[in-house]
Amino acid sequence: MDITRKKKGFLYEITKNKILYLMFLPVGFYFLVLAYLPMPGIVIAFKEYTYSGGVFGSDWNGMENFRYFFESGKLWLVTSNTIIYNLVFLTASTVISVLVAVMIAEMAGKYFKKTAQTFMFLPYFISWVTVSAFFYNIFNFDYGTLNTLLRSLGAEPVDIYSNPTAWMLLLPIFYVWKGIGFSSVLYLSAIMGADQESYESAKIDGANIFQRIWYITLPMLKPTVVILVLLGLSRIMRGEFEMFYQLIGDNGLLADKTDIIDTLVFRSMVFSNDFGMASAAGLYQSVLCFILIYGVNWAVKKWNSDYALY
Amino acid sequence: MNRGKDIFIFNIIAFIIVGIVGGAAIIPFVMLLVGSFQSEDSILQHGYSLIPRTFDLGAYKFIFDQPAKIIQSYGVTLFITVAGTGLSLFFSSMAAYVLARKDVKYRNPMAFYLFFTTLFSAGLVPYYMLITNYLFLRNTISILLLSGMFNVLYILILRTYIANSIPDSISESAKIDGANDFSIFMKVILPLLKPALASIGLFVALGYWNDWYTATLFITEEKLFPLQYTLYKLLSSTTFAKQLLEGNGAVSAIELPQQTVKLALTVVATGPIVLAYPFVQKYFVSGLTIGSVKG
Repeated sequence: MDITRKKKGFLYEITKNKILYLMFLPVGFYFLVLAYLPMPGIVIAFKEYTYSGGVFGSDWNGMENFRYFFESGKLWLVTSNTIIYNLVFLTASTVISVLVAVMIAEMAGKYFKKTAQTFMFLPYFISWVTVSAFFYNIFNFDYGTLNTLLRSLGAEPVDIYSNPTAWMLLLPIFYVWKGIGFSSVLYLSAIMGADQESYESAKIDGANIFQRIWYITLPMLKPTVVILVLLGLSRIMRGEFEMFYQLIGDNGLLADKTDIIDTLVFRSMVFSNDFGMASAAGLYQSVLCFILIYGVNWAVKKWNSDYALY
Repeated sequence: MNRGKDIFIFNIIAFIIVGIVGGAAIIPFVMLLVGSFQSEDSILQHGYSLIPRTFDLGAYKFIFDQPAKIIQSYGVTLFITVAGTGLSLFFSSMAAYVLARKDVKYRNPMAFYLFFTTLFSAGLVPYYMLITNYLFLRNTISILLLSGMFNVLYILILRTYIANSIPDSISESAKIDGANDFSIFMKVILPLLKPALASIGLFVALGYWNDWYTATLFITEEKLFPLQYTLYKLLSSTTFAKQLLEGNGAVSAIELPQQTVKLALTVVATGPIVLAYPFVQKYFVSGLTIGSVKG
């Protein structure tokens, strides 16, 4: 009895709002096909993929792909690279964005800071391909500006592509460079939206500008920092594929220092057609991402439920 | 007198730091522009430099002399950007409106159905297999359009925008007047969404314009290369650069101004964004604040 009533309710609802449900259909169908339909394909991670067999006809091989991923040493390498790079990116971009936002909010020179802000936002709009052209322009061994400058000063030119350590500094710099305009605006709008009252009274009490920033502005920014950092942490297993691929490409010399999960998956699939390794690494990443997002959201909810993501 | 001193020191520090960051942001653009106007000889002899040595239009002449492939790429990119953004905004806001209507009983499960795709994805390999082996979308304009057409975040932002800024009574009174839900959306809701659509549309358009990744995975036919992918190929492969620029039989491989052409094509591919940027900046900033309103 209960079931039939429920069924009636469902049909009734669908008929009553049929136009609305039809209006949702294009987007619903899109995600069904492009996001849900690939999910059964996850089984490739547990198969020995052959072209003739395809996704469902290939033979099962249990955990063999994962074992290879682990035993080749790649798992640990790409996991730690992904996490370390993302931690450095997150720290550097948070510190510099907050610094820039606080300064822009307080400094004089209306036109100066407007112009600087416009400049800072510009890199956000260009593709990583364009950034790689900049990179070429600056760091190319034969003709790059850096080496041109070094040669004219009588110094030895540097070959950035055979120097893995340099990348550990350059990648964060380019990451911050591209994102600073975007993230500093987030902090700037938090500062601008804040209550000016405590600020004014601190001024009257004789606090200097550095004290006001330290005791009022920064504590006020804390919730925004915490939420953006937590959001960043939940994405820590997802690499900046476009940046790594465009700036570094497929460079064996640098692989140990700059290979992240995403580049490994892409390379294994596109260049070596190693679908087993690629799908195992991909599934490993998806599962970790899922756990992390849930974990972070749980932590945010505990800390302050207003900021929970969902 | 002492009271102004802290402000003075602060401003000096701020001018230096903000100046350095702002300068660092713009200098590569200037270097690119300067480099693209150098003569090939000057680059081969002296390398790129910050200060222009020569003013030479050779590289640009080259690009516009043999433009078939580059114009083709421009056409592909322009098409997917305009068509993709239009379709994306129309269907996203339609879905968002449905999710915002309180009389739709299953709106929350539907929202979760979309949201779940941001929590868990099948990953690259199954997606690639589906597109190539089952949907046969390899080397089609459709995959360039479809990949990245909808972003769950934008749909949810639009839903929040509708729920917060358009009162339910508007839909209700239109319904009493006998309008159906689709025409309410078209005639009443869509016009009210303009400010939000302007911001989100710019982000979507930017995504299409800058997309090279989809082409890397699924496009091997040159006539379907989007601009950014053509640029990527030019930067990364010498043979492609020769193919791209040869066409004209009179030009031998040695005469190709390869170094400057790379920069000149980057300027041509990025120029429209940089030129449009000052006019659309405010929409981006307002888009960020729309995004920060939690739903």
